[in-house]
Amino acid sequence: MNPGALTVYRWELRKLRYQKRTYLGLGAAVVVPILFVAAISFRHGGPHDVAFGDYIDRSGLAVPLVILLFGAIWMFPLITALVAGDIVASEDHNGTLKTILTRSLDRGQIFSGKALAAATYAIVAILLDGAVALVAGCLKSGFNPLQSLSGTIVSAPKGLELVIVSLLVYLIPILAIVCIGLLLSTITHNSAAAVVGTLMFSLLLQLIGILPGLGGLQPYLLSTQFNAWQGLLRTPTDWAPIIRAAWVCALYGLPALGGAYLVFLRRDVAGG
Amino acid sequence: MADDPPIEVRGLVKRYGEILAVDDVDLTVRAGDVYGYLGPNGAGKTTSLRMMLGLIRPTAGHVRLFGRDPLLGVHALEGVAGFVEAPQFYPYLSGRRNLELLAAYDGHGAGGRIDQALATVELSGRAGDRVGGYSHGMRQRLGIAGALLRAPKLLLLDEPATGLDPAGMRDMRLLIRRLADEGMTVLLSSHLLPEVEELCNRVAIVRTGKIVYEGAIADLKRGAGATYRLSTTDDERAIAVCRAQRGLGEVSIAHGYICFSADAAAAAELSQALVEAGALITLLAPETVTLEDLFFSLTEGDVAARGDAAATAAVPS
Repeated sequence: MNPGALTVYRWELRKLRYQKRTYLGLGAAVVVPILFVAAISFRHGGPHDVAFGDYIDRSGLAVPLVILLFGAIWMFPLITALVAGDIVASEDHNGTLKTILTRSLDRGQIFSGKALAAATYAIVAILLDGAVALVAGCLKSGFNPLQSLSGTIVSAPKGLELVIVSLLVYLIPILAIVCIGLLLSTITHNSAAAVVGTLMFSLLLQLIGILPGLGGLQPYLLSTQFNAWQGLLRTPTDWAPIIRAAWVCALYGLPALGGAYLVFLRRDVAGG
Repeated sequence: MADDPPIEVRGLVKRYGEILAVDDVDLTVRAGDVYGYLGPNGAGKTTSLRMMLGLIRPTAGHVRLFGRDPLLGVHALEGVAGFVEAPQFYPYLSGRRNLELLAAYDGHGAGGRIDQALATVELSGRAGDRVGGYSHGMRQRLGIAGALLRAPKLLLLDEPATGLDPAGMRDMRLLIRRLADEGMTVLLSSHLLPEVEELCNRVAIVRTGKIVYEGAIADLKRGAGATYRLSTTDDERAIAVCRAQRGLGEVSIAHGYICFSADAAAAAELSQALVEAGALITLLAPETVTLEDLFFSLTEGDVAARGDAAATAAVPS
């Protein structure tokens, strides 16, 4: 079989299995929901100032949703950046770009395989986190009906479906973060700079959103798109924020991805 | 296609801002050559090799590998393998896993050559260990194994013996010799003269990015002519005699001796002229020219003059 981008993708996933940072991110995705549920068990009552915060004692389905809200601030961008920011820069660090670029794969194939692997990692982390939060939440508060943001009661099976779709909608801004991580990873040649840079970018956008006078930008900030899933939990479903998330995230992600691709294709591999 | 040389480099230039790392390099490696790319550290050897492998873009000029341009895609690297600077691998994977990855990226049945490649570089016993724990020499050997997976017709090796202990260097030379004997064309960059003299049939000598000699080692040595050292009872008079004598090359003083190049007949005539002039000979000895002498004369002297001298001298008259 002739090698291609999928060959790179499979090997990138295999390499991730041998690296500590992989388990750091996935570990956080698993441990955070468990700690959260443990904390609310002691406190009796969740955070009251966020959506679904009051509901976590009544339905386990509210737990993953509250974690999605908190995780958007820095946890999920960081987990995503851990791999996306590293996946090209680590080759620079190890000096292995020259090793793999002198085989039978074009640079475009190598980049595509890496981008797919970084996206896969982020998706796995979010879904894993959601699954753990669901299980832990239901163990603590039961698989009970959920109150939507419009005040209507949603049955437990329907609520489960909405949580799963919410997780999928949450992946839209996460994939934009993957693209930004890849761009920084490709242009900085430095894993730490790319990971921190991606996180800083995400935090800066949140800051812009709360600056006085810049509120008008709010709907177009990447950070805002992390709340798009809330449209699903309204009756009737509000698709507007989800559609906006799709194109706003594309505007952030695609230029970053395209830029990273072009830089990777043309750059001189002089180090290592 | 079949007639295209394994490597053809024309007018190759790489400029980094003000620095001219590679300055108008031309060279041709023919099938079956073991070609030495020789120069001091920082002469631009590695930069040239990176351009040959398509890792960096030339500022000007071009490289052709079997007639194909490595900038136009990896198909130009079919039948080509090698490494620049120290070969690098994923430290958290074992030697074998690293080779499995490279074989997967090679396709074309490379995976079936892993055991053979490991055996060739004598790493079979350590293949299961993480590369992070390998010594420099083991990584160097793994680099060769990685190159062999591609069953190359052309092997480019950048300073393959650098950093190895004497036994490692000897093993590396034996290995390269064996691969060359099996019909592989090899380009070998090095600053180690004995290595090049022992292994290579042709050389390019490079100094601050410029080629100062390209051709067969034998021609280089022959063309340089014999150099003589002379000492007399009256050196001042002897120098005047030497300068006036026909058939002698440039006359200079080095380490207290008068030095010049000449053939045997001219040296014999000189001895008579010296005696007639009253400068009695205390020593007149031909010096053996080693590649090392030529190398230093080409890389440390006035580059233009020496380079031209070598170029003209390299054509046997």
